[in-house]
Amino acid sequence: MTTIMIDVVNVRKSFRGRPVLRSLNLTIKRGETMVIIGRSGCGKSVLLKHIVGLLKPDSGQVLVGGIDITKIHGRELDKIRLKFGMLFQGAALFDSLTVGENVGFLLNEHALFGPDEITRKVAESLAHVGLSGIEHMKPAELSGGMKKRVGLARAICHNPEVIFYDEPTTGIDPIMADVINNLIVALNKKLNTTSIVVTHDMVSAYKVATRIAMLYEGAIIAVGNPDEIRATDNPVVRQFITGAAEGPITEAEQRR
Amino acid sequence: MRDILLQTGRRFIAFLQYLGGLTSLSLLTLIWLFAAPFKWKYVIQQMKKIGYDSMPIVFLVALFTGIVLALQSAYQMQKISAEMYIASLVSLSMTRELGPVLTALVVAGRVGAAITAELGTMKVTEQIDALEAMAAPPVQHLVVPRFLASIFMLPLLTIYADAIGIFGGYLVGVYKLNLSSSIYINMSFDPLVMKDLMTGLYKTFFFAAIIALVGCFEGFQTEGGAEGVGLATTRSVVISFILIIATDCLFTVLFYFIF
Ligand SMILES: Nc1ncnc2c1ncn2[C@@H]1O[C@H](COP(=O)(O)OP(=O)(O)O)[C@@H](O)[C@H]1O
Ligand SMILES: [Mg+2]
Repeated sequence: MTTIMIDVVNVRKSFRGRPVLRSLNLTIKRGETMVIIGRSGCGKSVLLKHIVGLLKPDSGQVLVGGIDITKIHGRELDKIRLKFGMLFQGAALFDSLTVGENVGFLLNEHALFGPDEITRKVAESLAHVGLSGIEHMKPAELSGGMKKRVGLARAICHNPEVIFYDEPTTGIDPIMADVINNLIVALNKKLNTTSIVVTHDMVSAYKVATRIAMLYEGAIIAVGNPDEIRATDNPVVRQFITGAAEGPITEAEQRR
Repeated sequence: MRDILLQTGRRFIAFLQYLGGLTSLSLLTLIWLFAAPFKWKYVIQQMKKIGYDSMPIVFLVALFTGIVLALQSAYQMQKISAEMYIASLVSLSMTRELGPVLTALVVAGRVGAAITAELGTMKVTEQIDALEAMAAPPVQHLVVPRFLASIFMLPLLTIYADAIGIFGGYLVGVYKLNLSSSIYINMSFDPLVMKDLMTGLYKTFFFAAIIALVGCFEGFQTEGGAEGVGLATTRSVVISFILIIATDCLFTVLFYFIF
């Protein structure tokens, strides 16, 4: 099965005249785990928000299962969003609700199951991220890493077809980060979900990726499987993956 | 000179854009009001926050206003030995004007600010994006309950303020000016007709809509972290105040010519 799940075509986006995405193209196949790497502030979260339809591009298309989601609104768009699960960079938990209500929010909101079934699914999702039995707590009582994991539990609770992870391992200790990497791989294998992972953690990238794409100056400058990326001769990608302080990326910045 | 004109023009366009944004949020709210069942749980939560929790401060403001109004008019009325009429003066000005407007201003300062701070924080921490991503329309979840709760509670709070204000006047009339209690009460309620109460209450529906919609709109527009939330909150209160006073003026003129 190599049908195309998501196709981002020539997307451009500026904020107040400052271009963030300049003609971005990216294709994601059904069932693969696409890892998007790039420096902080290069527009990775903005790209994810375009795919989920939270931001509209200035021009270009975002095709999800062949439907251009930049052209649809309201219920139609919501129907597609129910197939998505998204972990936000800052977790974005609702602080007026408990952890349990947060994780079960989508199931409750759309009455997808009865109350008992929802309680069971919430417990199951929390167990996946290693946080059993904290349903009654409020987000304000959690550490940053715990919030992230609750956000992840919320993203996977309704068994979405496509899961978006915005920096799933940032701010989490290395051991728990590996648990999350394993979870991403397992969800992908077991349920055949398509995953899009934004990260600048290369350990995590190599571990979970089917393919890796590098976002630089508003465009995807390289795509390939982990071995291809490791062996790249593109100097920009080289500097990023090796984490060198000197190279074309920093030189370009100094020139500005 | 040209700069001043350009500046003014730009301000004016920004103002029109603001009104446009506010209008489209109002329409969207009305659509959601009828398009989907209300989230009663949230409406009741908000009614408590907006109505019940505002009662102490509305009590104080209305009571002091009633007292001050009675004392200030006594200063004039005593000269012509017409203290009796203080009762009517207080009850009419409370129900027609001061009750509605003061309550609206107090609620705008207390509740409008809280709405903007809450929604603004949700905006900058991506909670509003999260709602949308989970196919839960933010207008339906956040604006409609606050709008409904304001519309229900502000008129009730206004009636409460009217009564407290009249009571404040009564305290002055009976204990300071030594009017008889029964005369004061008669003079308070005799000239008061339904029309007076109603002209006061009509306005409060509009004030309630202004408070809820401006509060939510500013919240949704918030950008840039904690500083942004602070700025949005201030703007929300200032804009609500201006719109409330302007609407009040408009209605007063309108009623003056119609009735
Ligand atoms: N809603 C917005 N309004 C204005 N600028 C934004 C907005 N969202 C993101 N940006 C800008 O776009 C750039 C990319 O941001 P982001 O996608 O969050 O970066 P990252 O790659 O670290 O996730 C940043 O410079 C940010 O300031
Ligand atoms: Mg980001």
